[in-house]
Amino acid sequence: MNNTNTLISLRGVTVEYDGVVVLDHLDLDIKDKEFVTLLGPSGCGKTTTLRIIGGFTEPSQGDVFFDGVKINDVPPYKRNVNTVFQRYALFPHLNVYENIEFGLKITKLPEEERKKRIKEMLAMVGLSGFELRRVNQLSGGQQQRVAIARALVNHPRLLLLDEPLGALDLKLRKEMQIELKRIQQQLGITFLYVTHDQEEALTMSDRIVIMKNGEIQQMGTPTDIYNEPINAFVADFIGESNIVDGVMIEDYLVEFGGRRLPCLDGGFGKNVKVDVVIRPEDWEICKPENGQFRGIVKSSVFKGVHYELMVQAPGEEEEWMVHTIENHPVGSEIGLILTPDDIHIMNKMSPEEEAELVSALEADSILEDGEESDEE
Amino acid sequence: MKARIAAAPYLLWAALFIIIPMGLVGWYAITDMDGNLTLDNFSASMRFAPVIGSSVWLAIIATGICLVIAYPLAYMISRKSGIGQRTLILLVMLPMWMNFLLRTYAWMTLLENNGVINRLLGMIGLGPYEMINTPGAVVLGMVYNYLPFMILPLYSVMTKIEPLLIEAATDLGCSPWETMKRVILPLSLPGIATGITMVFVPSVSTFVISVMLGGGSFMLIGDLIEMQFLGNAYNPHLGAALSLVLMAILLLCMVITDMFSNPEEKEGLLL
Repeated sequence: MNNTNTLISLRGVTVEYDGVVVLDHLDLDIKDKEFVTLLGPSGCGKTTTLRIIGGFTEPSQGDVFFDGVKINDVPPYKRNVNTVFQRYALFPHLNVYENIEFGLKITKLPEEERKKRIKEMLAMVGLSGFELRRVNQLSGGQQQRVAIARALVNHPRLLLLDEPLGALDLKLRKEMQIELKRIQQQLGITFLYVTHDQEEALTMSDRIVIMKNGEIQQMGTPTDIYNEPINAFVADFIGESNIVDGVMIEDYLVEFGGRRLPCLDGGFGKNVKVDVVIRPEDWEICKPENGQFRGIVKSSVFKGVHYELMVQAPGEEEEWMVHTIENHPVGSEIGLILTPDDIHIMNKMSPEEEAELVSALEADSILEDGEESDEE
Repeated sequence: MKARIAAAPYLLWAALFIIIPMGLVGWYAITDMDGNLTLDNFSASMRFAPVIGSSVWLAIIATGICLVIAYPLAYMISRKSGIGQRTLILLVMLPMWMNFLLRTYAWMTLLENNGVINRLLGMIGLGPYEMINTPGAVVLGMVYNYLPFMILPLYSVMTKIEPLLIEAATDLGCSPWETMKRVILPLSLPGIATGITMVFVPSVSTFVISVMLGGGSFMLIGDLIEMQFLGNAYNPHLGAALSLVLMAILLLCMVITDMFSNPEEKEGLLL
């Protein structure tokens, strides 16, 4: 990685609580003005990583560098970093204006400058005219925007955001995602964003860091991660996927679901067991007789933009998830076609890894259904 | 309507034992021995202004000391884990399980001229110091007896301050000292107001502590009132008037402390 404009570096950062490893020798570089998202199921260590950078958690091992300077022993209030907390953490005894002014007063900025900055910031988050409101009179979305304004008004070099949109409804969440991205580009501040929502990560980030069990699984642009997931965990976590057992017959030829199909992957060796990942939206639907695969539509669920079909051929084990904008009635027979670049080959996970994946995803779907919780 | 019926036992109680006696106190205060209406009792009360003044002064000192001791302690307790908090609060309340008179007696034997403390000091060649029968001993008695009443309301308000708010303040650049000043102190004001009231009120009206530890060498308003009813200065009319003066002082004190607490955060006042 190009080191000239790196803002934050973590080197071999390890965090242990009572013998439980929360972060395992983490190396991470974040460039200046970058929007980086830490993505993973709950308990993967993403919030802990954020707290390490904010200064609220001390690493058991390893170093944290800010602008090339080691800041392990710098207390949070001396770091040029501000945080938007998951549950907002607004001061109940102060009104909206005073909450946003809080950090500026500490740095003893002159009153004129304070007023100017707060006015700008309120306009930016769309809360002009709310200055004198008490914070407990605001809706969740408004409180969230006050929390963002309170952090950003200090013009930190780095803004940490800990699942800041978790408590908002879907519509507001989408609006805020676009809003945050706009603010980030307008102010040129580095954002480090934590979420377990893959869509949020894909929408906003310049770069996504996927974490599991205190380790980084993959780093890359949203497109890279979506199109070239490094393993089945990443593939399944980012978007929905069909993941099936397969055998790499030779380079560029894979067998799965009883067919041999050409693919673009090589270098696995001959007759090696692999995981085959197919995105549900990559299937092309055709007449049954023309398909590489054919099957009966077992179920069809309307998802808004597309239909989600479950397709299975009689007598075959595999059930394929297919996304299509055209509905096919339950019971009808369809054909399915894949082009070589739709087939993603991954190294096989060990059974333990597979069990972990299942439990992590289950935990996460529970989390998405119910209330969010803290990681520690 | 039903709620009113449910409140009936208490209303009856309040009428019999609060409203009527208060009326009697008021009646006594404005009459003389022969039953004629008069304001002499109040003008007579004014002759005891120095006594009232020293009562208020000692109570203020005791309340101030309680606040200074209790505030950091309550904060420390409120930041402990659940079990730690319960254990420490239990320890704070423990002395209150013992009889008030007994506790004050214990201080007498400690502070006496040939009491435990002076004898210990004597062993290393110091003293004896005159400790009992001084205003200091009275203040000590007040602080010792009423300290839990300061700690508990402070603790109950502070324990509701989320750790996240403290992190947020730190994140925005507050040193620990500034966090205390800008976040914890303002959020604990209701507890401070309640604590001050709960220590000041019994301190200013106490008579047992001043009799036992002050030795009767100087008088507090509580002693003065007691003398009017039980002592040889028997004059319930003057006693009633003095009681009303005391009530006025307490009311004033509560109004003042109330002004300092945030009008939106009154929970602490209810404890």
